[in-house]
This record gives sequence, C-alpha cells and structure tokens, in this order.
Amino acid sequence: MREITLSRAVNEAIAEEMRRDPRVFLMGEDVAEAGTPFKVLSGLVEEFGPERVLDTPISEPGFVGLAVGAAMTGARPVVDLMFGDFLYLVMDQLCNQAAKQHYMSGGKLTVPMVLRTNLGATRRSAAQHSQSLQALVAHIPGLKVAMPSSAYEAKGLMKTAIRDENPVVIFEDKLMYQDKAPVPEAEYLIPFGAAHIKRPGRDVTLIATSSMVQVAEAAAGTLAHEGIEAEVVDPRTLVPLDEATLLESVKRTSRAIVIDEGHQSYGVTAEIASRLTEKAFYHLDAPVVRMGAMDVPVPFSPALEDLTVPTPGGVVETARRLCAGELIHAA
Amino acid sequence: MTDARTNSEDYLRMYRQMVRIRTFEDNANQLYLSAKMPGLTHMYSGEEAVAVGICEALTDSDRITSTHRGHGHCVAKGAEFREMFCELLGKAEGYCRGKGGSMHIADQSHGNLGANAIVGGSMGIATGSALRAKLAGSDDVTVCFFGDGATAQGLWYEVMNMAALWKLPVIYACENNGYSEYTKTEEIAAGSITARAEAFGIEAHRVDGQDVLAVNALARDLVARARRGEGPFFVELETYRYHGHHVGDINREYYRSKEEERDWKENRDPILRFRGWLVAEGIAAEAELEAMTAEIAEDAAAAVAYAEAAAYPPAHEVDMHVFAD
Repeated sequence: MREITLSRAVNEAIAEEMRRDPRVFLMGEDVAEAGTPFKVLSGLVEEFGPERVLDTPISEPGFVGLAVGAAMTGARPVVDLMFGDFLYLVMDQLCNQAAKQHYMSGGKLTVPMVLRTNLGATRRSAAQHSQSLQALVAHIPGLKVAMPSSAYEAKGLMKTAIRDENPVVIFEDKLMYQDKAPVPEAEYLIPFGAAHIKRPGRDVTLIATSSMVQVAEAAAGTLAHEGIEAEVVDPRTLVPLDEATLLESVKRTSRAIVIDEGHQSYGVTAEIASRLTEKAFYHLDAPVVRMGAMDVPVPFSPALEDLTVPTPGGVVETARRLCAGELIHAA
Repeated sequence: MTDARTNSEDYLRMYRQMVRIRTFEDNANQLYLSAKMPGLTHMYSGEEAVAVGICEALTDSDRITSTHRGHGHCVAKGAEFREMFCELLGKAEGYCRGKGGSMHIADQSHGNLGANAIVGGSMGIATGSALRAKLAGSDDVTVCFFGDGATAQGLWYEVMNMAALWKLPVIYACENNGYSEYTKTEEIAAGSITARAEAFGIEAHRVDGQDVLAVNALARDLVARARRGEGPFFVELETYRYHGHHVGDINREYYRSKEEERDWKENRDPILRFRGWLVAEGIAAEAELEAMTAEIAEDAAAAVAYAEAAAYPPAHEVDMHVFAD
C-alpha cells in the first residue's frame, strides 16, 4: 500500500469531500494560497477557488461564529484554527453557540461543522502555541472530539467528521504532519466511537490518544523484550468514547495506563481512568495510572519542555512497576 | 409618517402583529407575577415597531437572529401564541420542546435562527447565514437583531469587517432602547454607534424605532438592496423598553425616572401612534381596531390556558437532542 504523510491525508480527505458535496467549504487564516503555515491545505484553492477556500482576517471568534451560522443554514464549513491554543479565543462560539443550538432548539437546528486544529508540545513554541486542549472541548455536551493517531486515521476521521450532523473538533498533532503511514487509494471512512487495538497484548493495556499512540507503541516494543506484553488501544474519538473496547481490554489484562498529552489534572486521562475503575474494578490487579502532561504552562527551553510530556521511557518504567505489583502513588 | 406598505391589508397586519406582541408580553408578565412561569423573562413591550417594521419586509426564506429580549422578533417572524406560551412554561409542545425557554424561543420554521442569551452572541451566526447565502447563490437576507449593549462586544467588529469585505447580505439592526441592562447607553458607548459601522464602509442609518412605517420603509429598501448584493447595512433604531431589564427589575428609579418612562408611553407609543394614523387616514375605524385587540386578547388567554394545562416533556427527553443523528 502507498504511504503518505498525515498532512497529505488531511488534504485528500477535505478535497474528496469538497468534490463530493458542494456545501462543504473551508475557511480560516491563511488557508488559501498559503495553505496554512503547516502547508496542510496546499493546492486546495487552486482546485476549488477562493470562494470555497476562504482566507479570513485574524478574527477567530468572528470566523468560527460565521461557520456556526453557515452550518445552521445548510452549509458544511470546515474551519481551520491555526493553533489549538486559540481555542480559548473561540470558546463562546464553540461551547455556547455551536454545542447548544441543537439542544436549545429541541432538535430543530443542527450545526454540521468541523473545527480542525492541533495539539502537541516539544516544538519549542512555548506556552501559547503548544497546548493540548482536547479535555476542554470533550467536557462540553454537544461537541464531538476526534484524535487521529496516524495519516490513516487522519483521513478516515476527517471524512466522517465532515459528514457528521454535529460540530466536530479534530485535533491533529502538529509534530506528526510529516509522519507517513499506509493509506489506501480507495475511499474509506473511520466511524466515530470505534477504538482500535493497535497492538494486542495480555499483561497491561496502554490506552493512548493522538501522538501518544506512538509513545505507547514504542514502549510496548521495549516491554516485549522484557517479556511484558502490552496491548495498545487507540480510542480514536474521545466523544463518542468506545468504552466497551477499553473495558474489554482492561478486563483481559487487569492493568491499564492512560496516556494523553493534555494536562493531567482534570483531564482526558482522569476521565478514562475513572470509568475503568468504576466499571472494571474487580478485574483490576493494580490502580489505573494516568500519564498526562505536567500541570505547568509549556516552557520554551528544550531542557525543560521535554520533561513535561509522557515519553516511551516513562511509560516503560510505569508498566514495569505495575506488572511487578508495586503500588504507584505518583501524582 | 413615510409611506411603506401601500395597501390596507398590509397596514392592518402590521398593526395586528404589534398588538400581538404587546398582548403576548402582558400575559408573560402576568405569568411571572403570578409565579406560574419558571425563571425570568425580558419584555419587548415598547419596541414593537422595530420587530414588526423589519420582519414585515422579510419573507419566510429570510433569516433573523434574535436576542434574550426575543419574544417580539419571534411573533413578528410568524410564530403562534400556543407554542410560544408552551415554551415559556417549559412544556413539551413548546417550539423548543421546553428546552430553550424565554431566552431561546424561536419558531425555526419561519427562518428564526434562535434567540441568543449571550449579548451579541448571534452576530457571528447571522453573518454566517449571510455567507452561506452568498456561497450558495441564494438571494435570502439575514437580519441580526441586537441591543445597544451588544455594540460593546468585540465580535461585532470582527464580523462587520468580514461582512463588508465579502459584501454579505446581512443587516445589523441595533435596537437602541437607551439602556445597557441597568446602565445608560451614553455611559457605555463612546462616540457614535453608526460611525462604528461606517468605519468598515458599511452604509448606516438611524431611524425612529417607534414609527413602524418609517422602520418598514427603510427595511424594505435595505432588504431589496441586500438581495441585489449591495449589503451589508447597519440600522440604529431609537426605541424604548417599557419594563425593566427583565420582569424582576421593578424599582429602577436609580437608573431612569418615572417621568421619562411616562413620556415614552404617552407620547411615543408605537401602537397608539400607528393606530391614530390608521384612523386618521380612514384605513380602519376605532371600533374595528378595538375588536381586533379584543380578539387577540382572547387568543392569548386561550393559548395561556392551553399551555398551563399542557404536559411537561417526559424525563427521557432530558438527554435527547444533545447530538443530531
């Protein structure tokens, strides 16, 4: 099978959906000729023209608001939010407007829009261009959250998002845009709420999101040499969450580590760990461990920044101790 | 008054719609005072000529966005009393199945994109609706209603900029009732409000919001021009709210005088003024208008009784409509 980059996969998904459905259009800062700073959207304006690939002013609440209104009246906007950190700027439009229209109208209005943005530290971009804010979005009823872990997921989840009748936020890891993965030429979609077992194993379940799936896979490779078989599970979407697959895995392995790049406190790892503890308590041989980013603003210096995110080495060490029966009380 | 709609039927429909709004609000206020309505509500009484003058210039395919003070827009855009009172009381037959209440009331089937309880919160939605119309090659127009208080929100400046850049068919209708909640507008707004729109190259107008014919004449002209791609436009409508910020805002002499309220009610009331004109022009007799008012009062009473007896939504609807299928 051919291999393409995650960036190319996103571009293909959007182009295919724009060809399929004339209601789909793109908007955001520097999405047209510039193709975004990450060049993910290069070439789309040439194919679809400036009306369907709309460069906006640097007005995040404004253009997200426009997308909500366009979606409510029959269009299917895909909005580009250049950095996930800018979510704070658009919280009213996303959480008070997009998320609630369907419910507040008793089911009469819908907001079929996609907000694509990114997450991920270690790009030496400091505290306002490095955050992973998926937990904030997943907390709000009415918003769906997709977290592609490779080019394959990025394409299939984007196509599903564009066809969804609800507001969907897709977080791409900005450090993965050049990562390649096998992606079929033929069209495919990945359904929401269907976790994927990336690597089977019997001793410990590593539940990981987005680029943390790579971290978990690397850790699993190391652990295998020590005779510890780790199962790597990628939920693919946080909302909806495929709880059944996660529980089934944990009931088999009796141990779980949840890895996500958002801040650890009150985060994605806490939510998943809590559900596993509530629903698989008697199957567990050890406490479910959370591994999120440190509860600090992301520092600039590489010497500090690399300390803040989960690493394969850290996952290996934690898994070893879990499997050895050590109690882990790390915060 | 300016000539707008030109036949008696149109004039009488406008009069009827204004009386319907006033009657709806009087009943809503009574429901609050008698503790039959959950929560609070914001009365539109006094501002009827704004919603009616503008909505009578629109068709069902034109969209509006409304505000927390939204009952008037809802009636003017074609809603029925029964579903509105049901919504006000949180009943299953309400327009939003009881999930929206007063602050989100809307008859979506007539192009009302919802009442928004975040001040200025619908400015993006209205502008986005207009963007969709332009992209789809549709000739519908969107009117964004908001108050003078909302002119302090940054969102307005962001979306006006895009509406002007892309020549979108949107009309920003600022209902300036003189008060931003409990504060005089002059204390919160520097400079001129129309000049703010003009700074973006948007044609701006000021009109007497208590004169339904003047509002309608301006609205018809701007809607027609917006359909032809000449938008966006901005209109500041000078009006007055008879009640407080909400129904519970009873003692308000610390921010406005009873004399001022009396002056607006006695000398500038939009319904009384229009009624006087209809009679003077020989379009309707006093008795005819009295009969219309009585009939509307009966309709409202019947709708209130219906809503009071109507069922609440069943418990299983609490997590319905979080997501669309």
